Order: sequence, then C-alpha cells, then structure tokens
Amino acid sequence: MLDTSARFDRLPNAVGVGYKPQHFNALRADPGPVDWVEIHAENYMGDGGRPLAQLAALSEEFAISVHGVGLSIGGEAPLDTAHLVRLKKLCDWIKPASFSEHLAWSTHDSAFLNDLLPLPYTPETLARVADHINQVQDVLGRQMLLENPSSYLTFAESNLSETDFLSELTHRTTCGLLLDVNNVFISATNLGIDAQSYIDAFPTDKVGELHVGGHDEDHDDHGAPLLIDSHGKPVTDPVWTLLDYTLAQTGPAPVLVEWDNDVPDWPTLKAEAARAALALTL
Amino acid sequence: MSNVMKSVAIAGAVAAAMTAHATAADAASKEKCYGVSLAGANDCAAGPGTTCAGTSVTDYQGDAWTLVDAGTCAEIELPAMEDGTERTGSLEALDRDLPA
Amino acid sequence: MSDQATFRAGLLDPAVAAPTGLLDGNAQEAGKRYDVYRNNVTVSLTEAMTSAFPLVAQLIGEKNFPRLARSFVRSHPPASPLMMHYGVEFPDFIKRFEPLAHIGYLPDAARLDLAMRRSYHAADTPPFDPAGFQTLSPNDLLDARLTLAPSSVILRSDWPLFDIWAYNQNSGAGKPRSASQEVLITRQAFDPAPHLLPSGAGLWLERLAAGAPFGIAHDAAVAAVPDFDLGASLGLALATGAFAVLNHKDLI
Repeated sequence: MLDTSARFDRLPNAVGVGYKPQHFNALRADPGPVDWVEIHAENYMGDGGRPLAQLAALSEEFAISVHGVGLSIGGEAPLDTAHLVRLKKLCDWIKPASFSEHLAWSTHDSAFLNDLLPLPYTPETLARVADHINQVQDVLGRQMLLENPSSYLTFAESNLSETDFLSELTHRTTCGLLLDVNNVFISATNLGIDAQSYIDAFPTDKVGELHVGGHDEDHDDHGAPLLIDSHGKPVTDPVWTLLDYTLAQTGPAPVLVEWDNDVPDWPTLKAEAARAALALTL
Repeated sequence: MSNVMKSVAIAGAVAAAMTAHATAADAASKEKCYGVSLAGANDCAAGPGTTCAGTSVTDYQGDAWTLVDAGTCAEIELPAMEDGTERTGSLEALDRDLPA
Repeated sequence: MSDQATFRAGLLDPAVAAPTGLLDGNAQEAGKRYDVYRNNVTVSLTEAMTSAFPLVAQLIGEKNFPRLARSFVRSHPPASPLMMHYGVEFPDFIKRFEPLAHIGYLPDAARLDLAMRRSYHAADTPPFDPAGFQTLSPNDLLDARLTLAPSSVILRSDWPLFDIWAYNQNSGAGKPRSASQEVLITRQAFDPAPHLLPSGAGLWLERLAAGAPFGIAHDAAVAAVPDFDLGASLGLALATGAFAVLNHKDLI
C-alpha cells in the first residue's frame, strides 16, 4: 500500500521548513541544515505556472512533505471527493515523502472557512474521523499523518481526551501522527493542562513528524493567558524545551519549523532551522 | 472587398507583423513580477494574534460605510468621455455620494 | 441545528452570540475564546482578499479596502478550499456596493486583479511556433484557427482600465486618459502582464479564442472597428506570447 516509487519514501530525521516562494533562490543556494520542505497542498493545485515549477525544482533537491490545510477531515459532511482527487493528483505527481492533514474541520454547507476549527472528542466524532481517514488513505494509496490541533476551548460534550482520541484513530485506521509541539504548548497553556503529561500520554510510537512554530499571547475574559497559533514569530524557549522533551521520547524524527505570517528573510528562518537541528543532536 | 483582395491584404498584414516580431524577439525583456505570487495562498496559521479583529460589527454595515481616506482613485479624475459619459473618480465625488 | 452549523453560525456574523457548551479549562463558559475563531476566519479571509486584489486595494486605499473586503467575506465565504480562486464574485459585489457606486471603474479593476491571478495559475504551454504564418497561402490563412494560451485573458472595459493599472503600478505613468480600453493579459514564463490592445483587437482575440477562423475573426473586428489594425494587433499578440497553437489542416 505504501508508495515505494517516491525518490524519498519517508522524511529524513532532520530539519525541514515550511516553504515560502520568496525563499526559493536563497533556500536552494544556502539550505543550511534543511533537508526537506513542507508545502501546503492547496497552493499547488493550480494548472501550471510558477508554483508548480518551483515545486518540481524543489523536489529535485529536497524531500517534500505535502501538508493539506483544506480537506476538513473532521467535517460532519462527507469528504469533498473533488478535493480528494486534487490531492491524489498532486501526490501522484510530486511523490512526496509524507502526506499530512489536520484533526479539524474547515468546510460547512459548502463554505470554506479558511481556519482549522475544533471538534468535540466523542465516540461519534471518532467514528466519523476514522471513516474519513480510511477514505483518504484508500484514495491516495498511502498512509497519512494526522496533526493534533491547537485548542482555545473545549466542548462540554467531549468525553475522550485528545491523546486517547488520536491513539484510537491510529488503531482504527493505521494512520500515523504529526505531533505539533507548539500546538501542545498552546493547548496546554490555554486549557490548564500539563504539556509534558500530554506528551507522556501521546502515542509517540506513531509519530512521523514534529512541528514547531511561533505563537502570540492574548488573555481570556478572566485574564488567563490565551496563546494563539499565529506562526508569525520565532519559536519560544518553552516550546524548544518541550521539543527536547518530546524528542527524548520519540527518538530522532523529522522536525519542521513553521513560519506563515510576517515571514522573515531566509537567514532568520535558517537560524530557526539550525536551532531545531541542534535539538536533533541532543 | 473580394475574398482574394481580403486574403492578400490579411496576408500582407501578417507578413509585416511576422517581420516585426522577428526583429523584436531579441529585444524582449524579462517581464516584471506584479506581485501575484502569494495572492490568496492557503496556510494553517491562525490570523494575527488577537481575538478582536473578527468581532467588529459597526464598521462593515453598508449604511455606516464611509471612506476614511482615499487611495489613488482620489488622484484619478477622468473628464467626460468622448460619448459625453461622466467619468468622475475624484474625492469630491466619493464624499458626495455617501448615504445619509 | 448540527454542532458544526451552530459553531459556524457566528464565525462570520459577530452579532450572533457564541455557541453554548464551549468551555475553558476550568469548565467556565468559553466567552471570548470563541472569538479567536471569528478572528481567524474573518481576518484570514480579509487578508487573502487584500493580497488577491492589489489594484482595488490601491485605488480605494489601505484603510478602506479591509473594510470593504470584510463586508465581502462575510457575505461570500469561499466555496472551495482553493484560496487561489477566491473572490470571483467581488466585481459584482463592488458594483452593487452603494457607497462606492460612483467609482465606476472599480468593478473592472477587480476583474483585472482576478484575471492576473487566473493567468498566474494557468497551465503551461510550449512557446508558440509562428512558422505556419509563413507557409500557409493567403487563402489558407483565412481558414486557420488560433488557440490562445491558457494564461491569456482578454478584458474589455468601458473605462481606461490599462491606464488605471499603469498609473497605479508606476507613478511615472501618466494619468489615465478618458477612453474605454481593451486589455490583454499574457504570461511569458511565470509573470502575467497586462498590455493595452489596439482598438478592435479585444473583439478579434475573443473571436479567435471562441474558435472563429482567422478570416471570420478579422471580418468581425473590421465590422466593429473599420480601421482595425491587424498588423499591430497580431504583432502585439505575437510579442506578448498570447497564442498557443496555429491550427490548419495543412499544418502538421
């Protein structure tokens, strides 16, 4: 079932960056520690032009991770089969080392809301998400990784923990997991749980990729800290520390630095990648 | 114009265009990028870190919408067209037409 | 209403109260925590519009545009997860937007922004081979058909649309003339660029794009614009890479 024809059939246990078109030349001239890049699938679903040409060129030099942001795997409605076909076309063409998506929903009644929206953790949503993941893996003909969300609130109806929910999904679907360490830190802070305990409860043997990124700070109605997953700043020290803690449990793994808003110049992002590479050597 | 005359006239114009094209080909310059490369890109980040910007009610309602400044349309004053159609795009016009 | 319908209802409508059953970590009502999602949806879509419609944004100014865009995104959320195609209803939305109704060219400026994006993401084609123009007899030329490159877009405007674009692109360009203009957007390699078409060339290219033979398209252009300049129009189309293929049964 796994795609073995890919030039890179899995992501290296090394550092990757979220690819931004403005870094195309600088990244290739001076990749520093970067061995792989992650692209957002939906930005490469046009018919041609610069995006696809850049991706083709990148795939000659780097392992590629295709990271979907629009499939709405947690949606109540059936998956958008036209979008699944687009994902398959992209994956069949670029033969990525990894395909991942989010534990979230983003489409409702045909409106795409361009955000990763939260799910209650119940047996009903578990069954639905598992069905959707199985459908994705059947269509793409490969394993996918599912990413843990950043949470700002919880649902009163939730009766499963997030880690139990994800763990059960891996059993029902054979999917792997993308563990976003920044999301864990954000959710733990926002919901008053212990980040290291979350990592301890996480099925780390199923982790195929780690993410780190920057976040913003706000406060809720009661003055409690409310961290926001903005990907617009350097990774904070507590998140680097939590990455070290996580790597101690998972062993060497592919680590991605995400920076999507207020994208810095390449040397700045490369320095973040170097910091992540250091974590991999510890 | 007869079909023969037409085809000869068209062929002449095509030949002239071809000659000009062959001459111009060497001089073709690299087109400038007009900044569409990131337009409407998807990403998985939250919006800028605030809980406020999405919650504003007052400044989007149609009847409350006023131009708070003006971009370059304030500088573009189009006089009447040849057909007499008014083509005003001036700042005065912007202010004048605001709803009560 | 389903859970997600309830959650979605307030995302683009700040007058709708946050859903019940949402909690913080201490089992208290989530309150403004729900506003994070309102913010993410509204702001991310508004920012996508700002990057997607640079000419409209420049014309009405950086303070006005996000407010106009916010009004648009709340009534027209994307119908597809492909943000690259977002905003096709924006020209008509502007046309009906009363406070801007007097800036008549704004909808056409939005059409130009959309066309630039469409061209940017269009399929690649090999360079046009014009050799057939030299090998076909004058009579055969009349029957030949031209396929436009997928990245070529023709815009016919009642306004000086090219001048408006040029003036906003480069402050050295003169102020827009008082004339209706036709614009051809083409993409050579990766960057789309608008070009001002000679009078009648917009109709000529539209007919060619619709599959009309070379002679018929020429007749249509001359009927509409008696002094239609075929040489200048063809020259511009060749120089800007507007065509993909010259088709004739005698060409292999």
